[in-house]
Amino acid sequence: MSHHIVELKHVCFAYPDGTEALKGVTFRIVHGESVGLAGTNGAGKTTLLLNLNGHLIPTRGEIAIGEVPLSKKTRQEIRRKVGFVFQRSDDQLFMPTVYEDVAFGPINLGLNEDKVEERVRNALEMVSCLQLRNRPPHRLSEGQKRSVAIATVMAMEPDILVMDEPASNLDPRSRRQLINLLKGFGHTKIVASHDLDLILDVCERCIIIKDGKVVADGPSEELLLNKALLEENNLELPLSRQCLQAIQPF
Amino acid sequence: MHMADALLSPAVGGALWAGTLATIIYSAKKLKEKMDEKMIPLMGMLGAFIFAGQMINFTIPMTGSSGHIGGGMLLAILLGPFAAFLVIASVLVVQALFFADGGLLALGANIWNLGVYPCFIGYPLIYRIIVRGSKSPKLITVASVLGAVVGLQLGALSVVLETKLSGITELPFNTFLMLMQPIHLAVGLVEGFITAGIVVYVRSLRPDIVDDLEGVKTISSGTSLKKVLAVMGLLAVITGGAFSWFASTHPDGLEWSIEKIYGRTEVPEKANPVTEGLSKIQGKTAVLPDYSLPSKVKQETNEAWPAVDPGTSLSGIVGGIMVLALILILGMGIKVMRTHREKS
Amino acid sequence: MTFDREYFNIGYLDSLSYKNSFVHALDPRVKILVSFAFILFVVSLPKYELSALTPFFIYPVFLLTAGGIPFNAIAKKVLFISPFAVFIGIFNPLLDTAVVMQVFSWSVSGGWISFFSIIVKFILTVSTALLLIAVTSFPGICESLERLRLPKIFVIQLLFLYRYLFVLLQESLTMIRAREARSFGKKGREIKTFIRLISVLLIRSVERAERIYQAMVSRGFRGEIRVMKKHKLGYYDILFAAISITMFYFFRNYDVVNFIGSGLSRAFR
Repeated sequence: MSHHIVELKHVCFAYPDGTEALKGVTFRIVHGESVGLAGTNGAGKTTLLLNLNGHLIPTRGEIAIGEVPLSKKTRQEIRRKVGFVFQRSDDQLFMPTVYEDVAFGPINLGLNEDKVEERVRNALEMVSCLQLRNRPPHRLSEGQKRSVAIATVMAMEPDILVMDEPASNLDPRSRRQLINLLKGFGHTKIVASHDLDLILDVCERCIIIKDGKVVADGPSEELLLNKALLEENNLELPLSRQCLQAIQPF
Repeated sequence: MHMADALLSPAVGGALWAGTLATIIYSAKKLKEKMDEKMIPLMGMLGAFIFAGQMINFTIPMTGSSGHIGGGMLLAILLGPFAAFLVIASVLVVQALFFADGGLLALGANIWNLGVYPCFIGYPLIYRIIVRGSKSPKLITVASVLGAVVGLQLGALSVVLETKLSGITELPFNTFLMLMQPIHLAVGLVEGFITAGIVVYVRSLRPDIVDDLEGVKTISSGTSLKKVLAVMGLLAVITGGAFSWFASTHPDGLEWSIEKIYGRTEVPEKANPVTEGLSKIQGKTAVLPDYSLPSKVKQETNEAWPAVDPGTSLSGIVGGIMVLALILILGMGIKVMRTHREKS
Repeated sequence: MTFDREYFNIGYLDSLSYKNSFVHALDPRVKILVSFAFILFVVSLPKYELSALTPFFIYPVFLLTAGGIPFNAIAKKVLFISPFAVFIGIFNPLLDTAVVMQVFSWSVSGGWISFFSIIVKFILTVSTALLLIAVTSFPGICESLERLRLPKIFVIQLLFLYRYLFVLLQESLTMIRAREARSFGKKGREIKTFIRLISVLLIRSVERAERIYQAMVSRGFRGEIRVMKKHKLGYYDILFAAISITMFYFFRNYDVVNFIGSGLSRAFR
């Protein structure tokens, strides 16, 4: 299944105004892996994600997705494989109804009407939002928007799912539903999040980024329970473990 | 100020709709030629921005009253005339539907009054020419104020003319003019200052937004001026033709006497292709039998004179009340039917 | 109206537009055309017509009742904007004073008749515009505009405007509240503060549009957006249009009111 491998080699990215956001990032993700990206604000998480989707092209280094190297020419092809769920659902749901939003991707892929209908149904069923198909997006709750946003991406049947802060602004119940949803997906997942508990729950592997570089890369259970490592990188223990730590002396 | 349906005659309203639709189609065509696909979400977003922005009030200095922006000049500066016109039209469409600002017939007039003048006169002929790509705040302010004032004066004048030509209100032309022009002069001044303030401030934070949103401006400096003047000339001819034609068909004793002579409402043709087009419009609106059906002739011919037959006035009142009562009963009946159906 | 109330109002009308009823289900093209025809017929009545306007109430009343639209919602709005019509129309009774008829012991001048004619026309046309959106969703109207051959780029950006209207209203509301929280009395509403506020709103809007563009591109966008055609002209649509327009024509050209009125007067003699 080599066409699902995500490979970064010494990737550097500098913004037009000179800010160096990524300073040599290297890692390799294989099919079906679920990887969390942790780091403070400004560490480079979002920049990294935007590079994975072809919105930004590395100024140095290489990215290959399924053995296709990323370049201006291969952007569109890469976008068919990588589904990007944005941080703000409002940015992602721009059509008059849920149906049209989810259908947007498949239509652009050139599928015929019946196929589009099939994809939309499947995607909406996947996120349990089929009954919302005729609603306008501005009449959805934040949790519903998040689910529909995921559906818009799933309808394109990507190989790799990239998500930027998927649980932000969600109430506890919607957050739990999202976590369960993600756990159910077999796709390769790359999830950037401040919510370390979510990463612990959903991703078996975790990469910590600081100042545009990878400072740690390993099993989530190991990294995210390493208090010293986390604090070095301006992070904290996941909340669930903080409680455990608090009662430990006893 | 917005025009309202109740002040318009079908002819004036229809003509302005025709002008507005033509301008929309023309602007869309010109926009498509040089448009960047990034414009699509941007235009809608800026429309929503203007709509929301119009709801934020500020205090006008020296008067203490509160005001809000119009946004025509600002949009033209940011997006160029064609895109800006479409955006202004959309904002007015939403306002007409959700706020009933003016009404659906007057919508055509409102889009014309509030869109054409800032986008096709205020911006290209005044602002651009004065500013010429300079970044000097003083120059921008002068250009913005002048452009806004001229645009609004023309808009206000149009409202007065449209009202007069419709002939529904007795509002004396001169009084109306004396009221509208100075008010809109003041509004134009404030609008111009604020627009300039926004342009300068936004430029200080994000210069790329004001200095030509990538591929967004569709009038480039070279060929534009001539084309713009040509378009303006055409619009002026249409406007002038329309108004002069209407002046000659002002629902007055004039039309009544024409009807007596010709038997049908006939327009004294001016050898002018514009008027032919406009008579077609008049022809369409004559499905409404303006002044030519036998059952109504008596009343219409007396239109210039408030001499309603006293014998019919009582039956008119009684009949009117009866009709309203019937409609009320019908309405309640429908309501009952509906709630009954919903329950079952 | 304060920002809060206006925002609520738009939201309310918008939510009404998604209801289910006979009227809501009618093809939007038909509703637009019939409403437009209605307004043209109403507005075409000569300026001294008053009683002839009354039968026309049937259309807004029908939309209101069959569409399940609460009367108060529409009435409040009409009332709110009516001062404008009064202001414009008031010159009629002031300037046109020739007495036209006698109602019992009162002399009524032509000016008053034309004044009330303006008011009634105003009520009819304004309520119809509001009812149109209340029984037709905005996207439905946009779809019809495209089918009525308006340029696609115009319709698409109308849809985007509508989509992000509420988002931006929410943002402005937040800004206004923040401004209010930090200004005491009049301070804070000055033009300088306003310019700062609105510029920030503008920049945020542009940035938002850029992000949306990114989202569109990441789902394969290459310049073309399809507006879904959900409505088909059906039997009821055509029937509705035919009946309505025939009725309007009838009311406009035949003196229904006087006929009923004189009939009644005779009956009571």
